[in-house]
Amino acid sequence: MSGTRTGRISGDAAPLAFNENPAADSRQSRSVPAGTQSHRLSSGGQIDRKHPLGFTFDGKKMVGFAGDTLASALVANGVKLVGRSFKYHRPRGILTAGAEEPNALVELRGGARREPNTRATTAELYDGLAAQSQNRWPSLRHDVMAVNSLFSPIFVAGFYYKTFMWPAKLWEKLYEPAIRRAAGLGKASGEADPDHYEKAWAHCDVLVVGSGPAGLAAALAAGRAGARVILAEEDSRLGGRLLSETGEIDGKPVAEWLADAQREIAGLTNIRIMTRTAVFGVYDGGTYGALERVNDHVAVPPAHQPRQRLWRIVAKHAVVAAGAIERPLVFPGNDRPGVMMASAVRSYINRFAAMPGRQVALFTNNDDGWRTAEAVQRAGGAVAGVIDSRGVVPEGYRGLNLRLLSGVVSEVNGGVDGVRGIVVRDAGGRTQQIEADCLAMSGGWNPNVALSSFQRGRPAWRDDIAAFVPGQCPPGMVMVGAAGGDFSLAACLREGHAAGAVAAKDCGAKGMAGEVPRGDDEGFAIKPLWHVEGGKAFVDFQHDVTASDVKLAQREGFESVEHLKRYTTLGMATDQGKLSNVNGLALMAEATGRDIADTGTTIYRPPYAPVAIGALAGHHRDENFHAWRLTPSHHWAAARGAVFVDTGLWKRAQWYPVAGEKDWLESVTREVLAVRNGVGFCDVSTLGKVDVRGPDAGTFLDRLYINTFSSLAVGKARYGLMLREDGLVYDDGTTSRLAEDHYFLTTTTAKAGPAMQHLEFCRQVLWPELDVQLTSVTDQWAQFSIAGPNTRDLLKNLCDPSEDLSNEGFPFMGVREVALRGGMRARLYRISFSGEMAFEIGVPARYGEAMAENLMRAGAEFDVTPYGTEALGVMRIEKGHVAGPELSGTTTADDLGLGKMMSKKKDYIGRAMAGREALIAPDRQVVVGIKPVNKANRLRSGAHIIPKGAAPGPDTDQGYLTSVCYSPMLGHWIALALVERGRERHGEIVRAYDPLRGEDMEVEITSPVFYDPEGGRQRG
Amino acid sequence: MRIACPFCGERELGEFTYLGDAAPKRPLAFAADGAEQPDAQDLFFDYVYLRDNIAGDMNERWYHGGGCRSWLTVTRNTTTHEIKAVRAAPGAGAQKPAKAGAIS
Ligand SMILES: [Zn+2]
Repeated sequence: MSGTRTGRISGDAAPLAFNENPAADSRQSRSVPAGTQSHRLSSGGQIDRKHPLGFTFDGKKMVGFAGDTLASALVANGVKLVGRSFKYHRPRGILTAGAEEPNALVELRGGARREPNTRATTAELYDGLAAQSQNRWPSLRHDVMAVNSLFSPIFVAGFYYKTFMWPAKLWEKLYEPAIRRAAGLGKASGEADPDHYEKAWAHCDVLVVGSGPAGLAAALAAGRAGARVILAEEDSRLGGRLLSETGEIDGKPVAEWLADAQREIAGLTNIRIMTRTAVFGVYDGGTYGALERVNDHVAVPPAHQPRQRLWRIVAKHAVVAAGAIERPLVFPGNDRPGVMMASAVRSYINRFAAMPGRQVALFTNNDDGWRTAEAVQRAGGAVAGVIDSRGVVPEGYRGLNLRLLSGVVSEVNGGVDGVRGIVVRDAGGRTQQIEADCLAMSGGWNPNVALSSFQRGRPAWRDDIAAFVPGQCPPGMVMVGAAGGDFSLAACLREGHAAGAVAAKDCGAKGMAGEVPRGDDEGFAIKPLWHVEGGKAFVDFQHDVTASDVKLAQREGFESVEHLKRYTTLGMATDQGKLSNVNGLALMAEATGRDIADTGTTIYRPPYAPVAIGALAGHHRDENFHAWRLTPSHHWAAARGAVFVDTGLWKRAQWYPVAGEKDWLESVTREVLAVRNGVGFCDVSTLGKVDVRGPDAGTFLDRLYINTFSSLAVGKARYGLMLREDGLVYDDGTTSRLAEDHYFLTTTTAKAGPAMQHLEFCRQVLWPELDVQLTSVTDQWAQFSIAGPNTRDLLKNLCDPSEDLSNEGFPFMGVREVALRGGMRARLYRISFSGEMAFEIGVPARYGEAMAENLMRAGAEFDVTPYGTEALGVMRIEKGHVAGPELSGTTTADDLGLGKMMSKKKDYIGRAMAGREALIAPDRQVVVGIKPVNKANRLRSGAHIIPKGAAPGPDTDQGYLTSVCYSPMLGHWIALALVERGRERHGEIVRAYDPLRGEDMEVEITSPVFYDPEGGRQRG
Repeated sequence: MRIACPFCGERELGEFTYLGDAAPKRPLAFAADGAEQPDAQDLFFDYVYLRDNIAGDMNERWYHGGGCRSWLTVTRNTTTHEIKAVRAAPGAGAQKPAKAGAIS
């Protein structure tokens, strides 16, 4: 054993005995208040005494060193009390030195960057760090809610369920807010997070999780062999448990071996080292979720850098060397500030040169706990005694002059300032008092099996180490070292090396893995001690679940571990039971008389460590929540002040307000009147567009649509309707025949993506024998609808004079390519959605803005008006054209008034099922028009159609208003609606009943075509 | 989950869309002689609605919409998510038209 890290705790009279005085360091211009580190050892540790860092805890100024965590700095400063417990508001101190910490949760930073529930044990100290304790009011020392503790007999397991059952309405208003105030964790800032979060992918042959002895040996072996390795380490530096232990590897002190190993790894370019990166989940196909805390160790991330990065790592093999977590002992007073895990005490002494107490007592049921007594002694601390429930000094510790007390700790005395003494009870029930200000406890070690269990692998119980070890690991994963239940240094090195070598070889790496590093093969013996009877003994520190809560759950019949968990909330806090689960189910096993293996564990689910929502969202927040699609004329429209609406991913111009207009209705009405009386244009590029080519293109479309397209003449367009295979309407649009073997198909904006998928399914799966190919060209074309009586005149200004645009030269539903003035070519389609004389013009998308400007120029003399989707919608409702609200996935072709389009001569998608009894029933709700009887009334979409005089209800409901608008042409509100037997009821007066808005009015059922029912305008 | 597309290689789940059981075959609404199938509605009912829900290996249809736009038949164990085989639909890619009734 090496003695490199010894030190002497500074005495009371001289609170600090730094090797070097930080205030005298020339690199530090600041004067550092150096008088606070009362528990810092004068030498040793992996802290940088040349770099003092100022920080505050609850506003109190303190100093730590670079290399500290917030927790180690607090230990060095002699801080015992760091938080209040969740339910009873009991004073709590730092329990661990790692990610499993349940007590020392703080709010880090301030303002918008405030981060609640941060584990002080994993928060790296930085200069200016500000931390606040949580769950206390008004202060940590004087917390009024600590009165909960007096009422603890009523706060037992299931308390919330039992107490706040009735009346239910009080829950939301009274109980829940009160409980949340009393039993809370930290508070979120409530402000937008100013930092960035990234998402990234990484691929490798071998992912090594953890960089303790097993992980380092694995990474070295795989890396030397030549495999592509990612070494992920949660901590800021490599080494894992080696950072906290003394001993030798390959005959060198561990610190020296570690430095050599790091140098070698850094020299292997095929190893990617990812520190501050916690692997939190395992997913199918060798995919691992990991969170890299890129800039959590600084107050504000540097410019253009994210705070955290979410990784998805794809690995052919994973060697998981996640180590083990020491298990608390369950005894009365085990939650007092100053009671600490034995391994954590070693970490604070060896790694951070901070001594958690001046008189350290140790309570253990296994050999490993004794190492802490040795570490305390070696660092010059006083060991008050070792209480070993087994009553023997293990071999190897017999020469250390440690005082063995056979028995258990039955009481811990002390208050908010921590432990003052303990009571030891021997097998005969005799007790004795021992003075101590720190009690280190070791209940054995739980291999960190989480990553092996996220895909339903069930851990297996091993009696010899009194712990669960990994069961069946997910494909490609092995667990080695302490994570696999082999705790000795030699075993960790051996297993890690072997796993790394095997994984690399399997990935085709041909190099040599090198020698197995040699270390001590120290033994591990344990005799379980699950519970010491007496007072309140905590199992789950974070959720205040005691041993008696577990027993109560059993008495009340919640015996399965899953019920135990939910009834007592054991293991449901942010630490996810890393410390508590095994103790909880051991107590349940004891209470039910089963053994632990039969009791089993709860299901493990990712994430292993908390992952902020911000990291999962990455850049997908605010305006970047999803991708945007901009129409080809977007910037032109934006420059004109258009108001945009989100339509799926698209941003579409909704209307173009002009100065003096008081609301959207005025703008939209102006646009509609301008089109109907003159000419206007609208960007309709968002419609899905598909090129359908090949000799069988016509046959393909015949099978796709209810109507026929093979008979469509070249140069003509036709409206088509598609059904789903279940017979309900899927989508509609016009399709043009550009050549014998070339159709241009359009879909609605909403269905552009799904329809393409559907078309590909039909082509590839249903009818592979058809010679037809599909190409999505939605993004390739800028398409504008030009509508109104002056459309042809505008086009004459736009098109080459040789183009015949007359009714004869370019009839309704005609399609052809035309030459524009200046020589560019465009596709022109004489189709109308507005019911006006209209054309659509298509040019390559890159000319979208230029085309919008050309349309303005060509139409200037007719006062051409750009219009948005709102005016488009008004005009289609006036014309009774169905759209999204009517194509709702519940309507048939006949419901929409399009039943006559259904061909009887051919098969098509949905044909057979469209004939089902209920889909052809005479009382179906069909599309009609609706007018208010009182023309001043405004209609509301969603209002129900109810017969006059009937009481509103499901039995009298006859349909609803689907699309509503104010009709500038009619001068009042109109609607399309789906109404039972509606076609037979034109002229009937019914009611539009809208309980949401408290409206109920008489309306008339009409034809859905309100405007120009003969259709003369569009054909003119 | 990762699917090895025959055209694009191994790609992650997010690029694919799931359709379901690949077993149902679309019935013919007309017989070879051009007469309407009298039981077409029953056959189509089965085709549209009846699916096996297999705990184990199952042939499923997946669409590589985030890649080559191919429809794939993926043999996947529904309990372990292990993928045993991935085949392109007969009409996938720029292949010559497949024969009618080809196995997909
Ligand atoms: Zn593909």
